[in-house]
Parts: sequence; structure tokens; C-alpha cells
Amino acid sequence: MDLHFGDSKPTDEEKAAVDALLGPPESSWEGAARDEMRAADLRWARGGREARERRDLLLPGLHAINDRIGWISEGALDYLCRRLTVPPAEAYGVATFYAMFSVKPRPATVLHVCTDLACAAAGASDLCAGIESRLGLGSGVGVQRSPCLGLCERAPAALAIKAGDPVRTAVAAPATVEAAVLAASAPDSAEEEPAAAMAVPQAGDPSLTLLSRVGVVDPSSLDDYRAHGGYTALRRAFQLGPAGVIREVTDSGLVGRGGAAFPTGRKWQATAAQPDHPHYLVCNADESEPGTFKDRVLMEGDPFSLVEAMTIAGYATGAHRGYLYLRGEYPRALARLENALAQCRARGLLGDDVLGQGYAFDIEIRRGAGAYICGEETALFNSIEGYRGEPRSKPPFPVEKGLFGKPTVENNVETLVNVLPILTMGAPAYAAIGTARSTGPKLFCVSGSVDRPGIYELPFGATLGDLLTLAGVRDRLRAVLLGGAAGGFVRPDELDIPLTFEGTREAGTTLGSGVVMAFDDTVPLPRLLLRIAEFFRDESCGQCVPCRVGTVRQEEALHRIAERTGAAAAGDIALLREVGRAMRDASICGLGQTAWNAVESAIDRLGAYE
Amino acid sequence: MTVIPLGVPRRLLEFTLDGEPVRAPEGSTILDACRAAGKDVPTLCEGDTLTPKNACRVCVVEVEGARTLVPACSRKAEPGMEVRTDTERARHSRKVVLELLASSVDLSTTPKVAEWIKEYEAKPDRFGPDAARLNEEPRVDNELYVRDYDKCILCYKCVDACGEQWQNTFAISVAGRGFDARIAVEHDAPLTDSACVYCGNCIEVCPTGALSFKSEFDMRAAGTWDEASQTETTTVCAYCGVGCNLTLHVQDNEIVKVTSPHDNPVTHGNLCIKGRFGYQHVQNRD
Ligand SMILES: Cc1cc2nc3c(=O)[nH]c(=O)nc-3n(C[C@H](O)[C@H](O)[C@H](O)COP(=O)(O)O)c2cc1C
Ligand code: SF4
Ligand code: SF4
Ligand code: SF4
Ligand code: FES
Ligand code: FES
Repeated sequence: MDLHFGDSKPTDEEKAAVDALLGPPESSWEGAARDEMRAADLRWARGGREARERRDLLLPGLHAINDRIGWISEGALDYLCRRLTVPPAEAYGVATFYAMFSVKPRPATVLHVCTDLACAAAGASDLCAGIESRLGLGSGVGVQRSPCLGLCERAPAALAIKAGDPVRTAVAAPATVEAAVLAASAPDSAEEEPAAAMAVPQAGDPSLTLLSRVGVVDPSSLDDYRAHGGYTALRRAFQLGPAGVIREVTDSGLVGRGGAAFPTGRKWQATAAQPDHPHYLVCNADESEPGTFKDRVLMEGDPFSLVEAMTIAGYATGAHRGYLYLRGEYPRALARLENALAQCRARGLLGDDVLGQGYAFDIEIRRGAGAYICGEETALFNSIEGYRGEPRSKPPFPVEKGLFGKPTVENNVETLVNVLPILTMGAPAYAAIGTARSTGPKLFCVSGSVDRPGIYELPFGATLGDLLTLAGVRDRLRAVLLGGAAGGFVRPDELDIPLTFEGTREAGTTLGSGVVMAFDDTVPLPRLLLRIAEFFRDESCGQCVPCRVGTVRQEEALHRIAERTGAAAAGDIALLREVGRAMRDASICGLGQTAWNAVESAIDRLGAYE
Repeated sequence: MTVIPLGVPRRLLEFTLDGEPVRAPEGSTILDACRAAGKDVPTLCEGDTLTPKNACRVCVVEVEGARTLVPACSRKAEPGMEVRTDTERARHSRKVVLELLASSVDLSTTPKVAEWIKEYEAKPDRFGPDAARLNEEPRVDNELYVRDYDKCILCYKCVDACGEQWQNTFAISVAGRGFDARIAVEHDAPLTDSACVYCGNCIEVCPTGALSFKSEFDMRAAGTWDEASQTETTTVCAYCGVGCNLTLHVQDNEIVKVTSPHDNPVTHGNLCIKGRFGYQHVQNRD
């Protein structure tokens, strides 16, 4: 590789931001000034393999610059590339992949205003217009329309990010124009966000399992976590041994909660059995499916439980390093988890000798940067490794060749947190919860036209009607979206659908990540469908033709028929079906394969455009 | 890469192709087996000297038991697999993929695509006159070659050839996302400000003519490009001792472009700037 750099130099601030992450440069090759070098090192370069092995620091490096300056200049990108021996063209390709980064100058503060489904139904377009008229050019704030921010229980939502040292953030939700403008212009004096427990209407209910500690423990205190049963599951895991843990998880019937419903025990077993080493554990906390916010509430309200669960998963599958890939727009979860990791390290619950059991394990947090596709398991690996977040083709599967090409277990946050009750109550007791084929408790993200939006925990098998009643569904229900943008709509007369994997499948719909979004008849259906199409167009990675162009054609057709019905829409609906079928059949990954689901269900089940 | 290494003969595995039993050496792709059986499966992002990115999806076939279609160019044949290449389902996806590409990209210099459009009865016009297109202007920023990204299908071949699969220069990458994704050098600068060493190995693999010799680009613009009247002569590059093969494309007694045979076991079609572009001295008659 012969690297070529332009003439642009980083500013002192840009350089400081990168050096804070990577340490000071050690040679002139890395961009050190003469007086920064030791005389003996004048011609020495780290270069080669050693530097390239740090390629995975590219994304953290881009974050460091963007956090400090607000955008990534040519000089800053070149400097980062020198430090990591990354070709600038590739780094540019990576930087331009993510919505949170800009390679063009922009104001230091960016206000992300959600215009996605729940927020749209709660008046996001007026909010956005109001904010834009107040924060025009010269206000020092750039306003960016955003996909779902994972704050749907408090729709409409806005997130302000103000670059600096340190970067500052503030959330306004439910947002008024005033609150959003204040958050953007003075994030430090903006009102404190309500506690995570406010997103859990059942908080404190003794029958809760996964949410039992949310609102009960102090999320910043390891002692409090331990006082509430924390770390009993890990002790049990050490008694059982790795194979014993996998047996319990397998017997519990736990399946993945990230959307694909794959049996967790089988995944763990397949990874543990791989002769190639090291093994990695990855926690998928990228939560970007519109309408999904359960993982955020778990991480904000009970962060230590995820750390404990990841430690158990690592132990069972023979991993000594875990990566927690956290959605970039979750600043509070980041702060809580960073604190939790620091405390666990200080107390020997992470590190060379976890609980004195001779098992070494640590966790590193990696932040996403605004790309829904990075939640796809293999795109996530590429993102961590410092490449564009494009899905890989499978096979090979992650259990065989995952992160850094090594055997990897990747699980969703909620999936992992379920392992704690499995070990404390034992597999049989856990499997007795729910139905025979969908065992255990399940979190549902309820938003939209309900009086008490939030995260609900119910055993599998409760019906959609039970859940909506609990959440106080409002009158004149027109449609319920299950599973998010990649899911499907059902009608108000289908409330007896059992909320299980098999029950939703039999009803021709999906549980997905547990999204239940209710819409009353004031929300124009064609607008919702258009928003879903926009979402997929914006979030397609662009790798494969059916999805890259198909999502654009889908959106165009929905635009054309936004105001039409019956025969006037029939031609475009036929076109949508043909394109949708090819997207489902021929796209590389789940994004393209599911991008037509919700629209199709609205046409077939709800009779949209009739 | 479908370059077959000499060495221990590979074991044969058996599977079914369109109902007929076939045998293919272990490690073959479905596409290899299709070609061996004389079946014509369309391909765009697959190339004989590269590992395909399997991004275009025009080669999809049906595999018994698979939830989705699979790309023939990348999926390895497995014993007992039942593959069908010409079902209504596979043909439908190929047709739509061709429509999606042809409605957004200028495919006028992509070989074979016109035939496939006819064969699959694809109707790219049906997305209407307002269907979004790439709308890129040709980039003419150096004397040697032109990047006309209006013709780019984003097959990743140039990126792979410039990067880890051959050239190791990493001058270009995919930038942006989704429909806005484009091949670019850093900061989308002119080629002359990039790491490009003008080996032209990206031009060699580009399946669409998005990358072309400036000589070809200018002649096409002037209407004087006439492939039928060109001759091709393969010779040995005179510049250094490696001895790369060059194929000189000559029209009206002028060299109009230089390619290199892909089946050369040493160079696989790759050259350096001297062999690729340094032919002016040959026709310098003063
Ligand atoms: C486009 C796309 C986005 C995804 N986003 C997420 C996500 O944000 N969080 C998540 O846990 N899984 C997500 N998944 C599912 C993951 O690919 C993977 O199946 C999951 O993380 C596995 O964990 P589990 O077995 O515990 O569910 C996504 C899948 C696709 C196709
Ligand atoms: S389906 Fe879409 S998101 Fe997935 S690989 Fe293809 S273009 Fe990328
Ligand atoms: S000419 Fe060579 S170095 Fe330049 S972009 Fe093409 S492959 Fe890369
Ligand atoms: S320029 Fe050519 S080789 Fe490169 S991606 Fe586009 S079509 Fe493929
Ligand atoms: S936060 Fe706006 S839709 Fe989820
Ligand atoms: S040729 Fe197979 S996917 Fe492009």
C-alpha cells in the first residue's frame, strides 16, 4: 500500500482531538512536528502491520473529530489516516457513510429533529417548521431531520449535539419549539431528561422480570445493583461452567429478541465449538428500527445488568473481549454504560480475573454514527472494523467468521438480559413463562395513539388487545404497526392476535423487535407509508441494486399515489408489487428484503388506496 | 477469482442443475457450473480476475430450500444442491434488476445489456419520466482516462482492482450511501490530487464503460469510435523486464487503447502506467 496524502493540515484542535484518542504522534510520518519527536525517532514510522491493526480505531477517530469540531475537514481526515495508515479514499468512504458526520463545514450544534412515524403522528412536521423558522442561517445551529430517535414514548423528539470539549447533548421530548431551541442553543441549561423509569408505566410492579430493577435501583451504583440481586447470575454461571450455561440457555428456549428470532443456545454452542480463536462477543445495541426503544430503557435504567449478561455470554462462548455497539444517538445510555464499565473494572467484575475465577473479560463500547443498516449483524462487524457499514454475504456465518474474521456471537441487548433470569430461576422455570414455542417474558415498545406509551413487559402469549388495553389505547383506532418499519400493519379487528413468534407468523405478520405502534384515523395512511419508504431509501447502504434503486422507485410510486385511490392507483400498486417482490427475493440483506413489507401489508390488510 | 491453480486435482461434487445431475470441482461457484454446462446466466459485477462483490444481483438463481434467491456468481456449489436457473421467480428478479439499472444509469456502452433487456422483456421506461437517475457529468480531469459515473452501476470492481485484490493503491472507494453512493477519491477531488498511479487496472475491469481511455472518450464524442474497424495485436511491453502482455487496439493506424489479456498467469490483465498509457512513442512519427 503506498499512501498518498494531500497538503491539507489539521488545525491544532483537530490534531488534539485525534491525539486524545490515539496518543501523541511518534514520528514525522504520523504527522508529528520536529520538536515533538525524540531525536532518535526522526525517521522511524510505526507504519505497516502494527498501524493497520488499529484500523478499527477509524470510527472512534471520526467521532473524536466530529465531537470536537462538529465536522470532519480534509486536514483532520488526512491526519487521522496518517496516524492509522488508512488510505484517505477509504476513510472518506467511511466518513460519508454515516449520517452523524459531515465532511462539509456546518454549525457546531446540530439539532436532530425526529420526523419518523410516532413523531409524525404527534405533529413533527409543524414542530420542524417552527424550529427551522427560529433557527435559521446564522443561528449557529444546523437543523437535521432525523429518522426515529428511539424516544417514541415522548414523541415528538429532538436531540441536540453541540461539538466541543467535551461534546454536549440535550434531549427535548416531548418537544415544543421553545424546548428544542433551548436544548440546541444552551444544552447545559436545558431541562434534565425524565428518568428512564418514566418510560416504564409498569415500573415497580413485583411481577416484572426484565424490567424489575428499572426505576428501583440507582443506575449509577454498582452497590445498589448488587443489593438488588445483581451478579448472582454470574456466580451461578461460574458454578455451572461454560457448557452448563449453554445447556441452561438452550433448555430455556430463549430466542433472539433483535428481530430474527434465532435460538440463542444454538448460536452460543456453535461459537463455543469453533476451534479458531479468539472468539468475540458483540452486543447489538444499535437499536434503530423505527418505534423501538426498549434497549435504550434497559441500558439507561439498569446498565449493570447488561454488563453482567455480557460477561456471562463471553464466559459461555469462550470470548475474552466483548464489544458493545451502541447507537450513536443514545448519549445517556453511553454515559451510564461507561460509568458501569468503570465501576466493574475497579471492582474486579471485569478485567484479568473476573470475580477471582481466573476468567479474563472486558468490554469496549463502540458508538454507531447514524446508520440503521449497522444493526444488521455483519454490517456491524464492518462498522467496528473501520469499514463502510455494508452487510457481508453469508455464508460464512458470524459464528464461524464474524468480527475480525473470528468466531463471534452477536446478540441483542434484550436477548442478553434474559440470560440473567434464566440462570437465577433455572431453565425449567423460565421456560414455563410464555408459550411452548415462545418462552419467557417479552418487552414491547408501545407508542402512538395510546394514553400510556412506553415499554411493557408481558409473558409471551398475551394478545395485542391485552397490551393495547394496558397502554390505554385511544378511540378510533385505524391501524397497528407491528415490528417497526420492517414489520407489518394489522387492523383494529385483529386485536386477538397472540403476541408470540408463532402467533404473529400464523396471522401473516411479525413480532420483529417488539414494536407496537397505534394509529388513529386522524393520521393519513399514505403519509405514513411514504415516510416508511423514505426511511428505507435513506438507510439503504447502496450495495445491491434491488435495494439501492428499488427503494427509490418504491418511494416515487408512493408519492404518485399519495392522493389517489382505486383505479387511479392500481397501476402503481402493481408496479410496487413487482419491485417489492424482487427486493424481497434478490436483495443481499434483511433491509432490502423487508423494505416492502409494511407497505404491502397496508395495501393488503388495511386496504390503503381503496 | 476463478483462476484455477495448478496442483492437486480437486474432488468433484454432485448436484442438480435445472433437473440434470452435474459434477463440478469442489470450490466451484454455481456460475462456474452453469458455464460448464453451457447455460447463459447474465452477470455484471462478476469478473474473471476478481472475487465478485455480488452486488448487482442480475445472476440470481433459485436454490431449493433457500428463503431468497442466491447469486450464482458467489454461491459455492454444494453436494446435493438443487439449483434452478430459469424459473419464473429468478427471471422476475433479473428483469426487475435490469429495469432498475437501466432506468437510473446510462447503459449504452455496457456490452450485452441490450440483449438481456430484450430477453427478459424488461421495460425500464415504466417508472415514468420522473424516475430519478444518477445525473453525473463525465469527469475529464487528466490526459489519460475519463470517469463517466453516469454509466456506473456500482459493481465495486474498480475499487477492488485498485485496492486489495490487485493494485494495492487504494485510490478510490465508494463514498456516500444508498442511491447517492458514488465511486470517488478522497474529498471527491480530481484524480490528479489523489493517490492514483494511472495503472488503468480499473479501466480494464469496468464492465460498463464508465471508465475509459481519454482517446476512446474523445472519439466517441466525435462520433469516430468504430470498434468494428479496430484490430487487436497482442505483444510484449518493451519498458521493463517483467514482460507483461499488451493488447494494442488500433483504428486507422493509431493505437486507441491498450488492454491486457486476463488469462496471463502472471499479470491477469493488470499493467502499470507505462504499459497502459505509454504508447505515444510508438506512433511518434517525427
Ligand atoms: C437492517 C437490519 C437492522 C437491524 N437492526 C438491529 C438492531 O438495531 N438491533 C438488534 O439487536 N438487531 C438488529 N438486527 C438484527 C441483527 O441482524 C441480528 O439478527 C441480531 O442482532 C441478533 O441478535 P439476537 O439473536 O439476540 O436477536 C437488524 C437486522 C437488519 C437486517
Ligand atoms: S439490501 Fe440494501 S441495505 Fe442490504 S446490502 Fe443491499 S443495498 Fe445494502
Ligand atoms: S488507474 Fe490504477 S491507481 Fe488509478 S484509480 Fe485506477 S486502479 Fe487505482
Ligand atoms: S466505475 Fe465501472 S468498475 Fe467502477 S463501480 Fe462503476 S461500473 Fe463498476
Ligand atoms: S422518536 Fe420519533 S418516531 Fe421514534
Ligand atoms: S454477477 Fe452475481 S451478483 Fe452481480
